[in-house]
Amino acid sequence: MNKILIVDDEPNILLSLEFLFKKEGYQVLIARDGEEAMQLIENQVPELIILDIMMPKVDGYEVCAYVKKNYPKTQVIFLSAKSKEKDLQKGLALGADRYLTKPFSTKEIVAEVKNLLN
Amino acid sequence: MILMLSTEVIISVTFGYLILLFAITWFTERKGSMLKKWAAHPYVYSLSLAVYCTAWTFYGSVGRAAESGLDFLTIYIGPCLIAPLWWLVMRKIIRISKLMNISSIADFISSRYGKSANLGALVTIFCLFGILPYISIQIKGISSSLDIMQFTDPLEQVGAFSVFGDSGLYLALGLALFTVIFGTRAIEATARHEGLVMAVAFESIVKLISFLAIGVFVSFFLFDGLPDIFAKAKEADLSHLFVLSGENGISDWFWMGLLSMMAVLFLPRQFQMGIIENTSEKHLDTAMWLFPLYLVLINLFVLPIALSGLMIFQNQGVIADTFVLAIPLEYGYEGLAIFGYLGGFAAATSMIIVSTISLSTMVSNNLLMPILVANTSFSQRFQSNLPRILIWGRRLTIFAIILLSYFYFRVLGSGSSLVSTGLISFVAIAQLSPSIIGGIFWKKGSKSGAIWGLLAGMFIWAFTLILPTFAINGLIPIEILNEGLFGLAWLKPYNLFGMEGMSIISHSLFFSLFANLLLYVSISLFSKQNSKELNQAVLFVDIFSYDKNLDTNIFWKGQAQFPALQGLLQTFLGEKKASNALHDFSLSYDKPVQQKGMADPEFVNFAQRILSGVIGAASARILVGSVVKEEEIPMEEVLHILKETQELKSLNQELKSKTKALKKASEKLSEANEALKLNDMLKDEFISTVTHEMKTPITSIRAFSEILQDEGLSETEKKRFLQIIIDETGRMTRLIDQVLDLERFDSGRQTLNWEKVELRTLLLETAESVEKVFLEKGLTFQIDCSFEELFLMVDPDRIKQVLLNLLSNASKFAKTSVQLIANQVDEQLYISVIDDGIGIPDEDLPFLFEKFFQAKNQTEKKPIGTGLGLAISKKIMDYHGGKIQVQTKHGKTVFQISIPIQQKESQLINTATHHE
Repeated sequence: MNKILIVDDEPNILLSLEFLFKKEGYQVLIARDGEEAMQLIENQVPELIILDIMMPKVDGYEVCAYVKKNYPKTQVIFLSAKSKEKDLQKGLALGADRYLTKPFSTKEIVAEVKNLLN
Repeated sequence: MILMLSTEVIISVTFGYLILLFAITWFTERKGSMLKKWAAHPYVYSLSLAVYCTAWTFYGSVGRAAESGLDFLTIYIGPCLIAPLWWLVMRKIIRISKLMNISSIADFISSRYGKSANLGALVTIFCLFGILPYISIQIKGISSSLDIMQFTDPLEQVGAFSVFGDSGLYLALGLALFTVIFGTRAIEATARHEGLVMAVAFESIVKLISFLAIGVFVSFFLFDGLPDIFAKAKEADLSHLFVLSGENGISDWFWMGLLSMMAVLFLPRQFQMGIIENTSEKHLDTAMWLFPLYLVLINLFVLPIALSGLMIFQNQGVIADTFVLAIPLEYGYEGLAIFGYLGGFAAATSMIIVSTISLSTMVSNNLLMPILVANTSFSQRFQSNLPRILIWGRRLTIFAIILLSYFYFRVLGSGSSLVSTGLISFVAIAQLSPSIIGGIFWKKGSKSGAIWGLLAGMFIWAFTLILPTFAINGLIPIEILNEGLFGLAWLKPYNLFGMEGMSIISHSLFFSLFANLLLYVSISLFSKQNSKELNQAVLFVDIFSYDKNLDTNIFWKGQAQFPALQGLLQTFLGEKKASNALHDFSLSYDKPVQQKGMADPEFVNFAQRILSGVIGAASARILVGSVVKEEEIPMEEVLHILKETQELKSLNQELKSKTKALKKASEKLSEANEALKLNDMLKDEFISTVTHEMKTPITSIRAFSEILQDEGLSETEKKRFLQIIIDETGRMTRLIDQVLDLERFDSGRQTLNWEKVELRTLLLETAESVEKVFLEKGLTFQIDCSFEELFLMVDPDRIKQVLLNLLSNASKFAKTSVQLIANQVDEQLYISVIDDGIGIPDEDLPFLFEKFFQAKNQTEKKPIGTGLGLAISKKIMDYHGGKIQVQTKHGKTVFQISIPIQQKESQLINTATHHE
């Protein structure tokens, strides 16, 4: 069973994603900010991370860079309200595998995750 | 024992000096000479103005001081006092003279009053009469100084006197020759004489240094400094000479001061040096201080020399006018005496040279030429000879003036002293001032006013100063002085209308100037100027506004053949200068050089102006009038055109002020644009933040809506997810409301509902509504209001909104307790909300009240809220004329609002309009 980590500081978004992927049969880990996420990864390395960018303490960019450096096998999907072209470029430049924008379509995000993990 | 210097030594020194002067002039006039550049230096200009100091200054001041003390100073005080006004008067005269090509003071007056030939001639004749005695005393000064140097008593010579044996005559002729050579080289009377200017400036230096040398010799070698002289003079009972004395002393000082003010401006030699030879108006800046300084220096030792002379030559019959030379000679200092003699010579020669040049220009241009050109048949027949007649007329005039002056002093003037003759000239010249000063500041001053004023002044001058001289010299019965003309007591030359108690000069000046001014003003007021007069009057008075393209503003109507005018220019200027002039004209008026046909009015005026510089304004008008067919412009037309010009001017001014306003407006506009740009940037940022903030609830709403679409959800899950959607929708509504609220505050469109409410009640109501929240969160909530009752004009809902915002923030951050404290200190109501939360970092404090501050600062734990609450609270407080502040202290965060209790209606409104 694939392990997914979802990182977002909005409790309701976190809740919706957790519900969505649990239903799809994934093992879901959650973190409310970048710092919590990095601590979590130390113990259980996920196959994929869904990562918000604008978060307190440690932001998504930093987490992505850290993950790609230390756990190159783990895939990263940015999920952010920042929708400008340059934000997207920056995210991909940091090594993210996908960049999705909020508000997102539940079908699409599930499809992307499935696609990446196969 | 007085030493005798051989005649040969004196004569050779004199001629040696003249040769030096000749050399300076010659080298200056050479092409590309260094000296030529110096001649245009402001110092040289200022020194050349010192031509004011003549032999009268050099010898006569000492004489006057020995006779009547400080009186000699009066004629130097006037020029010093008027010097600061030069910027007003002299600058204007210079500007007019340069633009109109004016060549002398007679030309100036003639030109101002409609280019009147009569007036020019009148002024010329008057100047001749006025100045001739003055030149003659200069020759007398040279002559008697020669006598002193050779120790021949001039008194012994009378009777056994031979003109041809007199060295004075040869010197006079030598000077005339010098003046002719360097003063009449160019036919344009307005041409600058750089060589002469340098020579005059050089002479000014010679006379100053020489006089100072004798002063220093007397004061520090013969006596022990100035205090010693004055102390000894007091012992010798001479103290009346160095204190102001006499009852009429003060009034006399006033009249003398006034007299010398006019003299320093209008003496023909001052006009020549100060106006005609001026190269730049800026030189006046230097002259304004340097010339007075020169006068102070040259007068420094006058009194000491006079007192010493009186003490040295007690009762020896030495004339005080000769002390300057007699003292060094008495003590055997021949070299110093010779230097002194040269100083006096320099003082006299510079005056003679410059005066004769200016007088000869007047005679040729304002007396001779108008007569010749008015005779049409003569001028047409001899047109090609006119330039030669003109220049030889000047040369002969110079010789004639100098010879006449020489004989005047030999025949008449031996009796009177240097000073009194000089003052008689001053009074004559003073008669010119009403028509000149009036002419440049008063448009109504008319030709007939000027003529009658001048005639009256001249008549009284002659009656009160010249007639007595004749009487004293026995030419007419002496009884006139004592009994009055025709035996009428009120016509006594020295006591007109029984006026007593004034000096002869003051008396004459008072009556002549009074009559002159009275007639000038009253006749001007009642006489009508013709169109030409009015035209010139306007140009003179408003010269600074007509500066450019002067010729366009001279009204001329008629028909003129271009070749005829060109012919005139060629005759008087020569082929080359005439074609240069044509070129200048086409350049400054932007018109092609004409070849034939009819000339424009501008060109007629231009030709007339150029010719004015050669033959004088009146002659030029007559001469041009002889080759063109001029139509008289009716007065109404001139007035109409002048009015138009004035309207144009005022229109111009209006345009100018409009342009200014436009510029100001465009500056404001670009300022506003900058502000708008900044505003735009801020707005962009605001919108991008707002959209970002809105995406968060939308994301949740969309995600849960999609989840709800799927089957197989339990009822609890469905209910829970729907509640989330409802909550998030509420969050979005709040956000939108606050954004709109803030926007209204920002744009000033927000209106408050002012109401007089009781604050304690309002506080308690607000507290009550949030108490439940605190209870739920397990926080203690404490309220402390220090006043019982306080009514204030506020928008109660808005104040509540601020308090709720602060309390809700506190509830999010507080660990255990929140306090609400209200008190009143110094006319201010303070309400504080205090929590014991994590506090706010110092560096964040300044940004706390900015929009979306929390959203921007993402490294802190994100509290629930829109990030707009504090920004809106700040706006609300601004609208109330109050403040909102925050500080963190001892683990407590304090948000405090303050409202002034003494609210003024205006303050509230002002604050509100401030935002519009």
